[in-house]
Amino acid sequence: MHLVLDAPEIDEVASGHFAAVAVGGIGGGMLLRRAFSIHKSTPGESLEIIFAPHGQGTQWLATQNAGDVIDVIAPLGKPFVLPRQPISCVIVAGGYGAAPMELLARELRGRGCRVDVVLGAATQEKLFGVLDLKGVSDSVIVTTDDGTSGVRGRVTDVLADVITKNNSQAVYACGPMPMLQAVAKVSQDNGAFSQCAVEESMACGIGVCMTCVLPVIGDDGVTRMSRSCVDGPVFRGDRVRWDDVHTVPSDAFGAPRPGGH
Amino acid sequence: MNIDLTTSLGSLQLSAPTLTASGCAAAGKELAQFGDVSTLGAVVTKSIMMAPRSGRATPRMAETPSGMLNSIGLQGPGIESFLENDLAWLRANNVTTIVSIAGNNVDEFGELARILSKVEGVDGLEVNISCPNVESRGQVFACNPYSAAQVIETVRSVWHSDAPVLAKLSPDVTDIVEIAQSVVEAGVDGVSMINTLLGMVIDVDHMKPMLGGRTGGLSGPAIRPVAVRAIYQVHAALPHLPILGMGGIRTGHDALEFIAAGASAVSIGTVVFGDPGAPWRIANELGQELESRGYNSLSEVVGLAHHN
Ligand SMILES: Cc1cc2nc3c(=O)[nH]c(=O)nc-3n(C[C@H](O)[C@H](O)[C@H](O)COP(=O)(O)OP(=O)(O)OC[C@H]3O[C@@H](n4cnc5c(N)ncnc54)[C@H](O)[C@@H]3O)c2cc1C
Ligand SMILES: Cc1cc2nc3c(=O)[nH]c(=O)nc-3n(C[C@H](O)[C@H](O)[C@H](O)COP(=O)(O)O)c2cc1C
Ligand code: FES
Repeated sequence: MHLVLDAPEIDEVASGHFAAVAVGGIGGGMLLRRAFSIHKSTPGESLEIIFAPHGQGTQWLATQNAGDVIDVIAPLGKPFVLPRQPISCVIVAGGYGAAPMELLARELRGRGCRVDVVLGAATQEKLFGVLDLKGVSDSVIVTTDDGTSGVRGRVTDVLADVITKNNSQAVYACGPMPMLQAVAKVSQDNGAFSQCAVEESMACGIGVCMTCVLPVIGDDGVTRMSRSCVDGPVFRGDRVRWDDVHTVPSDAFGAPRPGGH
Repeated sequence: MNIDLTTSLGSLQLSAPTLTASGCAAAGKELAQFGDVSTLGAVVTKSIMMAPRSGRATPRMAETPSGMLNSIGLQGPGIESFLENDLAWLRANNVTTIVSIAGNNVDEFGELARILSKVEGVDGLEVNISCPNVESRGQVFACNPYSAAQVIETVRSVWHSDAPVLAKLSPDVTDIVEIAQSVVEAGVDGVSMINTLLGMVIDVDHMKPMLGGRTGGLSGPAIRPVAVRAIYQVHAALPHLPILGMGGIRTGHDALEFIAAGASAVSIGTVVFGDPGAPWRIANELGQELESRGYNSLSEVVGLAHHN
């Protein structure tokens, strides 16, 4: 579903920024905000998100009517980093991971980059943004797990070819964690630099609670449990310890030691 | 509004009645984009330990009706980095600061207190003897009057500052008054209550506990009546003991319940996640709640529910 909000106080948004939306109304039983990628935004005017009704909070959001007031904090997080040179780039998205990608494609093209797009979903109904992205890119390939649209298979089945054919140097990805892990690997194997917008459960979205962490290798080579809300959601694909997500690797900074905690 | 909202916790004068709850505002810096942190009663920092600590595996949270479970496991940078970065920022911004400490054992609490009693900018110490997110329940010192007192005696013996020492208590005990009495005898200046209650959510699609740490601490409005009850009981038994109250406070009306039960000030925790401006908003609302009931000051209401 598409949610367009009047947002007279919204600042400049970059692709990869997210919005934290309060759900359930004032005094309701859901205390935590829901995070959504920002799809589009005009500073001082409006903010758009794309969401799929899922659990209680997004179901509530889906029942809101035009004119209702929604409480949003945005923009939050660190956005995608754009290349300084006009290089060849690939955008890869799974499902609603396509939400921030039209904005990204515009930003990349604004810098003179070539932009090729790979969009995937389980089935045609869950595909999002195909037409919008066609208008702002050099090519779009669609994959679906069940073959109801485009190539049957996964985004990573076609990604290596896209990188090779277009001599792509940078890959930008957003979607489910297993997809991001595969994209990071294919990118690295084919000599491209990747940036991935991750999706971790967040309680606060503003960096105060430490729920949203994942193991990320820093510039100093040390793995830290980094907060995806303020240090991310965009991370370098080669820096996330994908195999260790949801765990605390034993060599992480401050990890439990035998005899310690 | 000319209601006097100033209050105190032992020797510590507070210019405002709302503080942040430990672990719910990091060390204050991230909240600065939502309000002037120096105007809060105090920032209570995330519990700090001697060494850097990675915390527990994820998922670390589950939303529950009017609350949440967390199993963060005291992720933090360690005392050295805390002093250099976090405390320095708090000092530079004139923030009243209560530092929360946690130890794996009694000696670690003592070591942390020794270090903190020598540095500038520590206006109070909150001794977290009640974190449920540790590997062994045996480490929850606040579940046993003897070990609770042992930690406090050790801290007290190295604490050479005038700043008050508060013990943070767990509601997961048979008799919270007994624990409060034991830490008072060991020399605390006040108590903070309550920490989270131990809970669990099961993911029935995967037939396993939802949290990486399996169990977690329950917080938010769901636990508010437990907190009010605990504060009421402790204030009844120890009417002169300063109490910093917390547990699901969402509005000024909620805060007023805590004050009437016997708290001198309140910390805002989980509600900050959904509403980062809550500590300021709740202070304002508390003023309005007092005014509309004809009171002139917060201090005249502390413990009032015991007299009617
Ligand atoms: C940075 C980021 C960007 C996102 N962008 C989008 C988007 O553009 N469109 C979209 O439809 N969804 C997006 N999501 C996922 C979206 O946040 C969840 O689908 C939503 O929080 C689920 O809420 P619920 O009330 O339906 O589920 P519930 O199960 O009721 O949620 C309970 C709690 O768990 C958290 N939670 C549950 N599922 C997820 C999840 N998949 N990811 C993170 N937290 C979760 C919720 O925030 C809430 O606190 C994004 C998530 C993140 C972290
Ligand atoms: C995510 C999270 C982290 C917490 N971390 C700490 C901590 O480090 N030390 C501590 O003493 N209490 C910690 N607490 C407990 C809170 O300070 C508070 O006592 C409790 O959550 C009840 O208040 P609330 O319902 O307003 O959150 C934490 C609570 C939450 C939700
Ligand atoms: S969600 Fe709270 S620190 Fe990231």
